[in-house]
Amino acid sequence: MSRSLVLGGVLTGLVLMMAALSFVWTPFDHTAMNIPTKLQAPGAEHWLGSDHFGRDILSMIMVGARTSIAVALVAVGIGMGIGVPLGLAAAAKRGSWLDEVIMRANDLVFAFPSLVIAILITAILGAGAINAILAIGIFNIPVFARVTRGAALSLWQRDFILAARVAGKGRARISVEHILPNVANLLIVQGTIQFSLGILAEAGLSYVGLGAQPPVPSWGRMLADAQTMVSLAPHLALVPGSAIIVTVLGLNLLGDGLRDWLDPKLQRGRT
Amino acid sequence: MEPKQFWILPLCGLRRLWTGSQRPPNLPVMGRYFAKRLLSLFVSLLVASWVIFFVVEIAPGDPASFMLGINAQPDTIAALRSELGLDQSKLARYISWVGGMLTGDFGTSYTYRTPVAQMVADRLWVSLPLALFALILSTLIALPAGIFAASHPGKSGDIAVMSATQLGIAVPNFWFAMMLVLIFAINLRWFSAGGFAGWDAGAWAALRSLTLPAIALALPQAAILARVMRSALLDILGEDFIRTARAKGLSQRQVLWRHGLRNALIPVLTIIGLQFSFLLAGAIIIEQVFYLPGLGRLVFQAISARDLIVVESVVMLLVFAVILVNFLVDLTYALVDPRLRGTR
Repeated sequence: MSRSLVLGGVLTGLVLMMAALSFVWTPFDHTAMNIPTKLQAPGAEHWLGSDHFGRDILSMIMVGARTSIAVALVAVGIGMGIGVPLGLAAAAKRGSWLDEVIMRANDLVFAFPSLVIAILITAILGAGAINAILAIGIFNIPVFARVTRGAALSLWQRDFILAARVAGKGRARISVEHILPNVANLLIVQGTIQFSLGILAEAGLSYVGLGAQPPVPSWGRMLADAQTMVSLAPHLALVPGSAIIVTVLGLNLLGDGLRDWLDPKLQRGRT
Repeated sequence: MEPKQFWILPLCGLRRLWTGSQRPPNLPVMGRYFAKRLLSLFVSLLVASWVIFFVVEIAPGDPASFMLGINAQPDTIAALRSELGLDQSKLARYISWVGGMLTGDFGTSYTYRTPVAQMVADRLWVSLPLALFALILSTLIALPAGIFAASHPGKSGDIAVMSATQLGIAVPNFWFAMMLVLIFAINLRWFSAGGFAGWDAGAWAALRSLTLPAIALALPQAAILARVMRSALLDILGEDFIRTARAKGLSQRQVLWRHGLRNALIPVLTIIGLQFSFLLAGAIIIEQVFYLPGLGRLVFQAISARDLIVVESVVMLLVFAVILVNFLVDLTYALVDPRLRGTR
């Protein structure tokens, strides 16, 4: 196992545990305001300091992790749930009108500046976690469709697929029983990468006020709140920023490590 | 050669400059490739216009009643609706929107009562220089870093560059922007914390107010680009023709510059093209951090004021820019590497 797999796994595990722990315990109630202790630097009472309402930052970070993870995870689920069947179908009917339509539609979604459309969707359907999930999830669909199709196409050339066809299995059944298990590794790796991109996208959307709405805490909005006070209390920006960086870094390292571990052929030259 | 194919000739000249190839290009094949790409450009734009129009159409809230407030009389609203053209059918509005854009008429803003084209042109002078500035910065940082890493694979320099890029990818650009403001604007006072000096104040002052935003936009993109550069160069350096070049006595440096880089730049070029779209989109958030009067802020203001025509036109313009850049990248791609023509 490579160093990046271990380090990525540990960082990701820590973030997940922190989010899980927040369901049963946080140092303070994350919504509890206490103006006399506002803008405290990290110390004995508030381990990571307090914000402009005297809320405990560690508690907000812990609960905010839930928001980030939930949004990014469901967005990956949407991408996989729709993208993978599309990719399998396109590969099974290679060169048909179905393949052509799916791939051209993919090209089109790729050509859109994703953040612009995400902003458009959330702005028009209304800001909120659900619409943020939709906006991020839509752009995961072509990614998974393309990865699945690419991998599936080469599998369709293999002898064991020919054997399955000779045995009388239909294209749909072969796709599910033989192709899908063989592209699963690739999908896990891609899922990790899209997960980390989702965390970044969620942070960006909630920073501009289009993500989860108060009182649900989110890392992006904590940064937006911090902006006007960053010179008074830099920890307001440093803590949520570090949380995002650690999570994304952990997931990226995990994705790198998984890729090397699951497919040694690809070890060199990942971008 | 058929006369209608003369337009390809300048492109062929470019191709010869880049590849040094003396072989005459296969004009019918190239012409067909360009025609096919051009067709897909138009189809993309057409579908994009449907999607944007549809998304904006389903937006809840009637712009006319929004503008007049909750106490407005129904007949006042109806009058405004007909003035804005909202009482026409969807199809008629779509046709007049697209037709107008083709002739440079982007419609009139509901709230500002000024031509959208004028508003966009003003804002473009902030957003476009910002994206270009960031693109130049990102390329200037990424290419040397990637080349350095690829020419010392596995050494400490390579590991340092790769770790830095790993971190660079994980940093949200708006957070990085806040840190830049904290350090260089608030503490060191080298730059202003936000706002735009305007080009009237001189190119120097304007560029100065775009410097921090451009750095914030460029660094995360540079991290991605450096990784692409490194892996593309490593792939090429493992090829047989590189070994041949070494065997015929070229130095490592000559091999790198003469054979390695020229081939490795092909994928890098594609990514640079794609990054333009990230930079334009990323600029929307960065403009919020620095209070820059660019297209991004225009979109946000328009969305909150339900100024749908501005939203539609600006988003369509951004999508057009991105699709056009990708189209140009596709063309250059084919010119640089004729093997890739027509296949994916």
